[in-house]
Amino acid sequence: MADPELQLSEPLGEKHSTVCYMCACRCGINVYLKPGANGEKSVRYIEGNRDHPVNQGVLCAKGSAGIMQHYSPARLNAPMRRVGPRGSGEFEEISWEEALQQAVDWMEPLKQDPKKLAFFTGRDQSQSLTSWWAQQFGTPNYAAHGGFCSVNMAAAGIYTIGGAFWEFGSPDWDRTKLFVMFGVAEDHDSNPIKMGIGKLKKNGGRFVSVNPVRTGYSAVADNWLGIRPGTDGLLILSVIHELFRMQKIDVDYLIRYSNAPFLVIDAPGTADHGMLARDKNGVELVWDAAKKKAVPHTTKGVVPHLTSEVTLPKKVKAKPVLMMMAEEYSKPEYAPEAVAAETGIAAETIRGLAAEIAKVAFEEEITIEQEWVDMKGEKHDRFIGRPVSMHAMRGISAHSNGFQTCRALHVLQVLIGSIDCPGGFRCKPSYPKPYTAHPKPHATNVKGTTGPLAGPHLGYPHGPEDLALDKDGHPLRIDKAYTWDAPLSAHGMMHMVIANAHAGDPYKIDTLFMYMANMAWNSSMNTRGVIDMLTDKDENGEYKIPHIIYSDAYNSEMVSYADLILPDTTYLERHDCISLLDRPCSEPEAVVDSIRWPVVEPNRDVRGFQSVVLDLGARLGLPGMVNEDGSPRFADYADYIVNHERKPGIGPLAGYRGKDGSQSGRGEPNPNQLERYKENGSFSITHLPEEALFFKHANKAYQDFAVDMGFYDSPQPSIFNLYSDVMQKFRLAAEGHGDIQPPDRLRDRLKLTFNPLPTWYAPFEEERLGDRTDKEFPYHALTQRPAAMYHSWGSQNAWLRQIHTKNPLYVPSAICDEKGLEDGDWAWVTSWHGKIKVQIARMEAVNDRTMWTWNAIGKRRGAWNLDENAPEATKGFLLNHLINELLPPKGDGYRWSNSDPITGQAAWYDLRVNIEKAPPEAEVSEPVVQPQKKRTKPTDELRYGLEWTK
Amino acid sequence: MTSLPQSTNKKLGLVIDLDTCVGCHACVINCKEWNTSGYGTALSDQDPYGANPTGAWLNRIHTFEVVPDKPKGQGVGEVIGTAGEARVVHFPKSCLHCEDAPCVTVCPTGASYKRSEDGIVLVDEDKCIGCGLCAWSCAYGAREMDLAAGVMKKCTLCVDRIYNEELQEVDRQPACVRTCPAGARHFGDFADPNSNVSLLVAERGGFDLMPEQDNKPVNKYLPPRPRSDLGEGADLGAAHTEESTEGASGLLGWIDRALSPSSKQKEAN
Repeated sequence: MADPELQLSEPLGEKHSTVCYMCACRCGINVYLKPGANGEKSVRYIEGNRDHPVNQGVLCAKGSAGIMQHYSPARLNAPMRRVGPRGSGEFEEISWEEALQQAVDWMEPLKQDPKKLAFFTGRDQSQSLTSWWAQQFGTPNYAAHGGFCSVNMAAAGIYTIGGAFWEFGSPDWDRTKLFVMFGVAEDHDSNPIKMGIGKLKKNGGRFVSVNPVRTGYSAVADNWLGIRPGTDGLLILSVIHELFRMQKIDVDYLIRYSNAPFLVIDAPGTADHGMLARDKNGVELVWDAAKKKAVPHTTKGVVPHLTSEVTLPKKVKAKPVLMMMAEEYSKPEYAPEAVAAETGIAAETIRGLAAEIAKVAFEEEITIEQEWVDMKGEKHDRFIGRPVSMHAMRGISAHSNGFQTCRALHVLQVLIGSIDCPGGFRCKPSYPKPYTAHPKPHATNVKGTTGPLAGPHLGYPHGPEDLALDKDGHPLRIDKAYTWDAPLSAHGMMHMVIANAHAGDPYKIDTLFMYMANMAWNSSMNTRGVIDMLTDKDENGEYKIPHIIYSDAYNSEMVSYADLILPDTTYLERHDCISLLDRPCSEPEAVVDSIRWPVVEPNRDVRGFQSVVLDLGARLGLPGMVNEDGSPRFADYADYIVNHERKPGIGPLAGYRGKDGSQSGRGEPNPNQLERYKENGSFSITHLPEEALFFKHANKAYQDFAVDMGFYDSPQPSIFNLYSDVMQKFRLAAEGHGDIQPPDRLRDRLKLTFNPLPTWYAPFEEERLGDRTDKEFPYHALTQRPAAMYHSWGSQNAWLRQIHTKNPLYVPSAICDEKGLEDGDWAWVTSWHGKIKVQIARMEAVNDRTMWTWNAIGKRRGAWNLDENAPEATKGFLLNHLINELLPPKGDGYRWSNSDPITGQAAWYDLRVNIEKAPPEAEVSEPVVQPQKKRTKPTDELRYGLEWTK
Repeated sequence: MTSLPQSTNKKLGLVIDLDTCVGCHACVINCKEWNTSGYGTALSDQDPYGANPTGAWLNRIHTFEVVPDKPKGQGVGEVIGTAGEARVVHFPKSCLHCEDAPCVTVCPTGASYKRSEDGIVLVDEDKCIGCGLCAWSCAYGAREMDLAAGVMKKCTLCVDRIYNEELQEVDRQPACVRTCPAGARHFGDFADPNSNVSLLVAERGGFDLMPEQDNKPVNKYLPPRPRSDLGEGADLGAAHTEESTEGASGLLGWIDRALSPSSKQKEAN
């Protein structure tokens, strides 16, 4: 019998290219729209765009589930005003005019005291707009979610090498031979890392995973080091110890590109102690052995001395940085045997890791024959590569010792000469950019106490003089970023905003304005406490945080706690720009930026948040958002993207600039810019010249290219800071030097943690709990996102939720055996702060003292329009209930933030717990939060696409 | 009962690399996304926002833990990893388009059939009565009933992509293969010994899933590559120097020698 004849060439419909927003990767996608029976077009298929440099055609589970996100029944339909108590989810729909007027009525009076408005955004990809808006309003209270995500990695990277992982750089996947990944790192950035691991494997390279949990990418690692959480820094310093012992460091590279030869003043008790010696012009000095004198490091032809103490004029002693490092890291306390117990990694494994790194870096060197010229004018015949690359993100960041751990990791890469070389870690333009080329933080107004802020909120302090403190030393920001509690909080401290606003510490605010940040649920530590703060009232019966305005596309938990809802569109219905002014999406060999545009028009009364913000800005008469006659300067976000100029010739998009669209980087606004982007698949790409591809921190061709592109106005080469005297400045202040002085309660902590060389100290929670740590909370607990939901909002998505409908707590077999726990049992997990009841699953491939779960699966009943009995609500849970935003009280009356003491990064992963089998009772996870009202009744059956099938 | 073709001109199928699959579910969802509007009826989901969401899928990933017990060089221990060291295995599974497919021969209506042209096993939904015998007979659990339509669904190897003239030639491959971020999935013709998939199987020791079932699956899996210990073959001791000493002085002495003019001279020679 003949096989049936099949119709195999069905057309897909119209193809529109845009950019995904199912997570933060920013992959290119093709969205196919096809008419149904009624002639109305809907989304037939979403695929990865082959031409797009970020994902080159591939697309992950989230991106492929975009249809279900776009048509989700949790979408909001219209602006809403709260009518029930906060948290109930009872709202009335109102018009946009009413909603915007309400927002203006609350905000207009605050222009006289702008700090009363706190504007915080979550996984916002329009931070260059939102920060500018807050700057024009004049409030110092702005930040996005970096403070509770990975600021330790970003800040440590910028201060050390002028770059960091993810948007700042990536492994040279085509050439690397050894890839070492530390900690939970999969979220950033998911598709490129998967593509990279595939390439590495194909090329026969080795993948080493250092992670307490062996899932996801770690599952295919060649070697897995199941480290104890919070000890990565110690492991890295031990590897450095081994490299020093084996004499496997790249001295030539260190002299050329790092501050290894710079001289550190050794004058204990003086204000200069530990600072780098500098000449009158502020140029750091090195010791010229031939001339026996200190000379600026920029002196042509100088061969700096590295190995002994020298005497500067006025008999000041000084030591080269590298000598200090050799002395420090050669100490026996860093030997593999000495750190094995603390890290849980056998000494021979640590030695093996160091030996592997050394072997690949120095015996498997690769070269690319390409002439290039460095910033000193020296010509090189080739690029020399040390094909060892590394990656880490939130896993090692989210500890109270995270900044120093991240510093250690960047320093390790510098020591083996692998930063921005072939096969190593490569910066993505507009990085590298040294901290000195970034703005400093700003928290005061240009004039007086109203009107625009003097500059961008977030930046990189050079010392105590750049802290956001008033003349009496009080915090200027509601989150207390850039105070002595967290001096280098380069991304702000969003996780402290609600707690501080509720406590009125450092002051009360009037309106909390938030975007895309689920602070009433998975994006807060101490979720129950935050809910109480959002609903707490004062003696007059008024909410302690008087007004909350929130924008979201979906009926998230946070929606129910707001007073006014400004409904956002889905990612297929909006304009956006992935801007070099924000978090770039470049590749190491090319400058890339991109747009989203409404491939589907909204069928609800919703508006893109960025257009709404510009509208609000115009109604409030904010500078830059109105014309001279007071009319709105921009029709909408698309208009802003094309016509806003941050400075002449520099706008949100770098591609197709100039009247005719022929310019990249700099150029006049081009009225057809968005059309040109769409014609090119919604992105622009500008390739680096061949001679500029590596060593960008010191490569003349690259630096000239960067200036041409407008990344900066003069070359900004980076010198890798093995030693950071920015850190030392804060330590000196703690010792009493200088006019700007920390409070006494912080002096010891500053002296301990602001070590100018990478260091390790025990995480604060376990240190603060003292004896209780081992007796009462002997285990660690942490979370990660599952691959199908990395960095996403997708856990209510009809397809994705079938993969992870609930989240068990994975408990190591050793703890299960000790506690009599079996697979599927219910258990109480306790921390010093709280307790939760959860269902457990036994696991082997995990550090034997660490339990873990998938984050953000657990939902509040009724939230996201899921059924009140959805497993996400009844069996899913949040570990957040166990984590406080503050450390255990010390008895000194102060509120000590549970954060990194340098950057203020939320220390989620410091959590210590215990676990006991729960007595038989209802199999429901606890705590139970009362349901929030669902907006609509969802369908009980989906047959998506039926209209196109036969 | 339904007959299998004596032979097929091509043997189209997949190679799935278990050394590279990170279990991200990209293939699972992209498959659903393509096929819910593709060949045959939609892939329905029941109670999609409720207490017991379920649906019909053509491709799923199973995740399990393995603790190899054999020491290195003695079988499974070497293949999967280091003995005693637990690892997680992500195992994607869809129809393997068996040469000797019991799901076809068991079908009472002729709905299940194997194409003589390319060996793809398909369900002719017009003939399917939803009896479920084929799913019972499949050793791999690769078929799923669509509860809304009452017909059996299974992987079609994206038959409406691989021959689809509306698609660019480069895109004429199954959705799961095109979308896989790690490049762990490969599509090709196993009847051609020089095809990409045949070469991969030969080179990496591709294996049949449950060969004892005698279904002759066309799809193959690639095992994890052999592992080696960290630092194997590297010199763990201090570098050989004239006067190797302990601690910082050892390193500093080495640097001095490396940077001394005579050493530079030596290098130049």
